[in-house]
Amino acid sequence: MRIGIDVGGTNTDAVLMDGTTVVSSTKTPTTANVSEGIATALRDVIADSGINAATIDGVMIGTTHFTNAVVERKHLTPTACIRLGLPATVCLPPMVDWPLDLRDLVGGNAHLAHGGHEFDGREISAFEPDEIREIAEKIKAAGLKAIAISSVFSPVNATFEEQSAEIVRSVIPDANITLSSEIGRIGLLERENAAIMNSCLRQLAARTVDGFKAALDELRITSPFYISQNDGTLMNADFAKEYPVLTFASGPTNSMRGAAFLSGLKDAIVVDVGGTTTDIGVLQHGFPRVAALAVEIGGVRTNFRMPDTYSIGLGGGSLIDPHPKSLPHREGGTSLTLDSPSLLVGEGAGGWGEVKVGPRSVGYELTEKALVFGGDVLTATDVIVASASADIGDRDAVSDLDAGLVTAVEARIMEMIAIAVDRMKTSATPVPVIVVGGGSILVTGEIEGASEIIKPDHFPVANAIGAAIAQVGGECDRIFSLAELSRDEALDQAKQEASDRAVNAGAAAASVDIVDVEEVPLAYLPGNATRIMVKAVGDLVGA
Amino acid sequence: MRLLDEENIDDIAVGAAILGSGGGSNPYIGKLMAREAIRRYGPVELYALGELADDDLIVPSAGMGAPVVAVEKLPAGDDIVRAFQALGKYTGRAPRATMSVESGGMNSIRPIYLAARLGIPVVDCDGMGRAFPEIQMTVLTAYGISASPFAMSDERGNMLLIDAVSNRWVETFARSCVTRMGAIGAIALYSATVKQLKAAAIHGTTTLAEKIGRTVREARLKEKNPVDAIRLAVDGFLVFRGKISDVDRRVSEGFAKGGARMTGSGAFAGQALQLDFQNEHLVLCVDGDYVATTPDLIAVLDSETGAPITTEALRYGMRVAVIAFPCAPQWREPAALALVCPRYFGYDIDYVPVEERFAS
Repeated sequence: MRIGIDVGGTNTDAVLMDGTTVVSSTKTPTTANVSEGIATALRDVIADSGINAATIDGVMIGTTHFTNAVVERKHLTPTACIRLGLPATVCLPPMVDWPLDLRDLVGGNAHLAHGGHEFDGREISAFEPDEIREIAEKIKAAGLKAIAISSVFSPVNATFEEQSAEIVRSVIPDANITLSSEIGRIGLLERENAAIMNSCLRQLAARTVDGFKAALDELRITSPFYISQNDGTLMNADFAKEYPVLTFASGPTNSMRGAAFLSGLKDAIVVDVGGTTTDIGVLQHGFPRVAALAVEIGGVRTNFRMPDTYSIGLGGGSLIDPHPKSLPHREGGTSLTLDSPSLLVGEGAGGWGEVKVGPRSVGYELTEKALVFGGDVLTATDVIVASASADIGDRDAVSDLDAGLVTAVEARIMEMIAIAVDRMKTSATPVPVIVVGGGSILVTGEIEGASEIIKPDHFPVANAIGAAIAQVGGECDRIFSLAELSRDEALDQAKQEASDRAVNAGAAAASVDIVDVEEVPLAYLPGNATRIMVKAVGDLVGA
Repeated sequence: MRLLDEENIDDIAVGAAILGSGGGSNPYIGKLMAREAIRRYGPVELYALGELADDDLIVPSAGMGAPVVAVEKLPAGDDIVRAFQALGKYTGRAPRATMSVESGGMNSIRPIYLAARLGIPVVDCDGMGRAFPEIQMTVLTAYGISASPFAMSDERGNMLLIDAVSNRWVETFARSCVTRMGAIGAIALYSATVKQLKAAAIHGTTTLAEKIGRTVREARLKEKNPVDAIRLAVDGFLVFRGKISDVDRRVSEGFAKGGARMTGSGAFAGQALQLDFQNEHLVLCVDGDYVATTPDLIAVLDSETGAPITTEALRYGMRVAVIAFPCAPQWREPAALALVCPRYFGYDIDYVPVEERFAS
């Protein structure tokens, strides 16, 4: 049996799964000490099912802890950066575009050295071991042990980064070194940023992962545990201590993977309705489609393969505004209440055609502020209860709502979702839409362009399920020159590299599958250079 | 004369992306370079052509090569200084200032970096008023200004000087050499006197890019839709609002070619738009009728944020607004049109200025 846990900003969700069956699930508030929240969730989910802790084969944890550390500027270790690429890259040194407060915190200790490669694998300049040794001595003198090493086009050829790491270790034996080629893609500043953030998060990662281990020990769970990565695959505890940045944005990914699992579909649109926002993503071959653009974490640009999600301000706590045109723009805080007579029966003569839903929301205060929970704010949830599509809280509290308003709100919600879904589709062909998340009750009708709408069981904890069922993966992202290789040879080579990496990360070789291949020929160049990105995934050994 | 500071650079970068007309490279790297240089060396002087002496020598500066490589092998900075100074040496005269060859994408900003480094002014003009993919595609070519002598340098210090019989030959030689340099080269070309440029160059394009960028920024601050603000700022026409329903893309001879189809919404409901591109947007048809063609500018904008969408980023389902606006008048002379008109790109139609199409 497996346990999946998703530590979100508000709730920590846990599920216990026996093969493909959800045995029990729980939602508890996230605590300041993440391990305590996890221990509570684990205790609940195990007690709920009455199983013996010894029968648990694996615990999979998705966490936003490391993202939050960067966003909140907490627990970051000062880190030096060595970049190989001289004489290129001089005018934009490492951390050049970081927010100043974060750069100060991390130390801004940056060094440029010779080395680096061209897009076609030639050297920009020769590697100079003595130069690296001198830099290492300076870093040692500054008392730093956390170090990131980047080299131009290291996704094409990583040898200079590896050789530099060896030299740095000979000077600083207990150095904590991240190579940019281990974690990022083409785009030097973004990849280097990720490598620096990784090194500055490693101390926190070691403490946090040890805390998870202690929580498991306390409950006598002796199985291995894993942490979710942003691409929907897992890393083991030791790997997570080494590569904490790979957890960034794992939440939306887990939710989409959970939706795929619960529905049995591999190609679909996922609509995740929360309390304040609805995130729409696309499943391709069972994995989230990734965003093409750079993503900022705490003000720092990175080029992680984040899920391509589109968010709209619609959720269970969204405020309803029946006459947005007749009321001037209201500043945040004020909202319509039951005292506003226009919401009651008979006031809808002018029609509800302009009714507005969201983006303002009562958020996590839904269970205090919504009408059906005894509050005085009209929310999307109240309207859905009034329409008899859902039965939550006190239905009598909304029995006086105008039927025309209820119909108009339901129609507006479905229209908002339909437009967002269409935006994320890749063609006009109808596709299945999977609806998950705590706010799923908002979806009451048909969605234009959807071949079917699926609301699977256990939809509120899809994210924890996504963590529980995750596989392990490997990637290859390189520029190949098709002057020396045929296109097929280049593709085969890229697929082999990705598969090898998946196996190294813990996948059973026989189960490894290529799930994504992308080719981008380089524009404005007459040659035949093409960038190939391949992703492979497989089942965990022994799972 | 006025001074360009950090905030001006941010605005120019946003405007440059819109003037890129679907092409040009991402201005991000150029923006960072200029910002860092201004922080270190101070603001840059921006001169109008009329504020300079007629016999002052101006040497435009730019980068050429593959944008994908530019985000990985970041520039040295010295390369563009070297190319610029080499050209001065070759012509035997000290340049008074630099300017942009192209006012779309990164090349709108790179001269500002150079100017900050050398403490020289930037001239508020350029040779395209937008982005085009090849060196000879400038109004300067049509006015008889030679791209030769042409200097190209890499980060190692290699310097290539080309003195060719035509601007097209400069493009041919430079394009094959830039690959060997690692797919990115810093270039200086089209040296000319202020007197020549007064007649030939497109005036005020740095200020135009900045005005567009400021318009977008202010519209967002006031939570207004930036699309209308942009249309007014460029004196353009709203051609279409709708959704991308299909994108077809292929690469041949180093160019990203293809087309996108869109279906209209709101006032444009029931209409179908076809957009063809080759690195930059080339022609627009609504319901089978041409409504705008190169060299007039075509900007595809996100319908909510006003953010320009490049040809590489066009994707099914995007909600877009399409704006067309007049190119600089120099492009409408026969010698200039021959370089970039629809027929040059293989369309069997005459160029009709976009404002005439919309007048009827």
